Amino acid sequence: MRHIQRFDAYHRVTHLVLMGSFLGLAATGLPLLFHDAGWAATIANLLGGLRVAGILHRLFAIVLILAFGAHVARLLRRLFVENDYGILWGPESMVPQPRDLKEMVAHFAWFFRRGPQPRFDHFTYWEKFDYWAVFWGMFIIGGSGLMLWFPAFFARIVPGWVFNIALMIHGEEALLAVAFIFTIHFFNGHLRPDKFPMDTVVFTGSLTEEEFKHERPEAYERLVREGRLDDLVVGPPPQRVLRAGRAVGTVAILLGLGIFSLILYAVMSHA
Amino acid sequence: MTNRHLLAGILGTAALVASAVHAAGGAPAPAPTNDDCLACHDDATLKREDGRPVSVAGKAFADSVHGPMACVDCHADLAHAEFPHPEKFAPVDCAACHGDAVAAYGKSVHADARKAGKLLAATCTDCHGVHDIRPSSDHESKTYPLNLPGTCGRCHGDPKIIKEADIKIGDIVTKYHDSIHGKVLEKSGLLVSAKCTNCHGNHEIRRKTDPLSRVFRANVPGTCGTCHGGILTLYASGIHGSRLAAGDPKVPVCSDCHTAHEITRTDLDRWKLDVLAECGTCHVQSLRTYRDTFHGQVTSLGFTRVASCSDCHGAHDILPKADPRSTVSDGRRAETCRKCHAGANASFAKYDPHADKRDRVRNPPLFWATRFMQLLLGGVFVFFGLHTSLWFQRLLVKDKPQPPAKAASKKEAE
Repeated sequence: MRHIQRFDAYHRVTHLVLMGSFLGLAATGLPLLFHDAGWAATIANLLGGLRVAGILHRLFAIVLILAFGAHVARLLRRLFVENDYGILWGPESMVPQPRDLKEMVAHFAWFFRRGPQPRFDHFTYWEKFDYWAVFWGMFIIGGSGLMLWFPAFFARIVPGWVFNIALMIHGEEALLAVAFIFTIHFFNGHLRPDKFPMDTVVFTGSLTEEEFKHERPEAYERLVREGRLDDLVVGPPPQRVLRAGRAVGTVAILLGLGIFSLILYAVMSHA
Repeated sequence: MTNRHLLAGILGTAALVASAVHAAGGAPAPAPTNDDCLACHDDATLKREDGRPVSVAGKAFADSVHGPMACVDCHADLAHAEFPHPEKFAPVDCAACHGDAVAAYGKSVHADARKAGKLLAATCTDCHGVHDIRPSSDHESKTYPLNLPGTCGRCHGDPKIIKEADIKIGDIVTKYHDSIHGKVLEKSGLLVSAKCTNCHGNHEIRRKTDPLSRVFRANVPGTCGTCHGGILTLYASGIHGSRLAAGDPKVPVCSDCHTAHEITRTDLDRWKLDVLAECGTCHVQSLRTYRDTFHGQVTSLGFTRVASCSDCHGAHDILPKADPRSTVSDGRRAETCRKCHAGANASFAKYDPHADKRDRVRNPPLFWATRFMQLLLGGVFVFFGLHTSLWFQRLLVKDKPQPPAKAASKKEAE
């Protein structure tokens, strides 16, 4: 069986770094946001107290900011050094395009059995949403987080009441990100019945030709038409990579679902 | 036989002769001397018919503050009694000498209880002893500072007596023992530490509901201030103290924040966290909005490296924000922030440590930003919740298997 390369090493490493730092940020930050819940103090103490949790939170933030910076640098390089304008528009661009709206409408029609499954290309509309959600989140959470980290410095630029907003936004956006990733992204990317329990492509980088053809027929046919498919053919992923990917993915999903349950419990018991 | 014994023998004989003469109807007999009394009573096993002991330790009496006095100075009616004297005679009246103390005692809760027939309540001897009374400066005295908690605790630390006498506050000795005053007294041996009597008085102990009581609400600051004079001055200058002086009974006094019998060191984490709730009993709104801030979240989890009420507002000399002397007044707030946040400027101090995201008037930008975030979260989760559920049901309910011919024609149609 032929395997098709979808993600290169950079993508896979970036996803791993995002996963790790995101889970770390969630675990070290949520006790504060849900300080009313019984589990909050327990987790804070398990982490070694809020002082340690605070230091870890900032370390994870640095890792995430560095990964984000590396990504922006890579985009700039592709654009200005490699003159790869395909990232700005076209089938392999993350930029939302009219076809995304059409595919979304068609997807809903398919949900209601009112039409065929849309023929997706390299990126689907929900994948683009996930991508831009991280972009938006980086500015919103990262920006507000830095303000709260260095208030005396930022007070020279903005009035103090902005910190009130920064704290509120940091928490609300964190809640949005955490709840979104641990439910919607998990379902869309991994837990839905045709992927269950997970899609390993983001760990191994490749998927079978059959799966690729079925999942993204537009991309498959385009690659065949352009004669590029053969360049993307790789061998099956080594067993140890697959196993490691499954292990890491399982742990991350369980941790994420666990954290989401705690949030749900806190919200329910508070209401 | 020594001379002393000889003398005692002669005197003894003389006394016997004298009493014989008196019995025969002669001149009144001289009062019995202490030795006369102790000749019988200095016997630890001496009991009345009903079994109550009537022994007097001669040595203990001789060492007591009353040692130089004669037995009959207190047991006055025995001075002229016939011997062997009757079992019943007048009770000792301490007021004969200690008029002021007994008068003061007469106004006390203990005296009231006794008047009401509750004889469990303390009288002179319960606290001072009987024949072994020593001055309160004497280390052996029941009223020596180090012994006082134990003396009061004989009743106020005894579950049986507490129950029987219906003492509402319960076992106070254990609480006091663990308090800073108890530790300073009992562990560090500092006599100046507050003991029962410093706050409650000694003879004239009144109920806390009695306006004349030292521990009546409005009198508490003055009572604590007899030792903590510096704090009393600060308290009197603050909003709570000045309101109390103006007759407002709702303001906190010392014991509201510090408690009465369980006072702890104020640099302990436990206390710092507990006092937040204390301020919050009146300042409900402020505690609620504080909990929404980073400071409040951290303390809510039991950690204290952040500002709590007193860090910004002060403790005893709290002043309202409108007062320019207040630590949270517009003019001084940045300086207060700088206690923790080095480099905090006037702009920094525009941060609202009690911001209310639900208050459109107090914090308009925060209110609208919160609205925006709520819409964003609501929108995203409604849309993707729907999207995910629909997708899930579509994948879960498999298409019915169709006959091959029909499936083929359907594919053609697509």
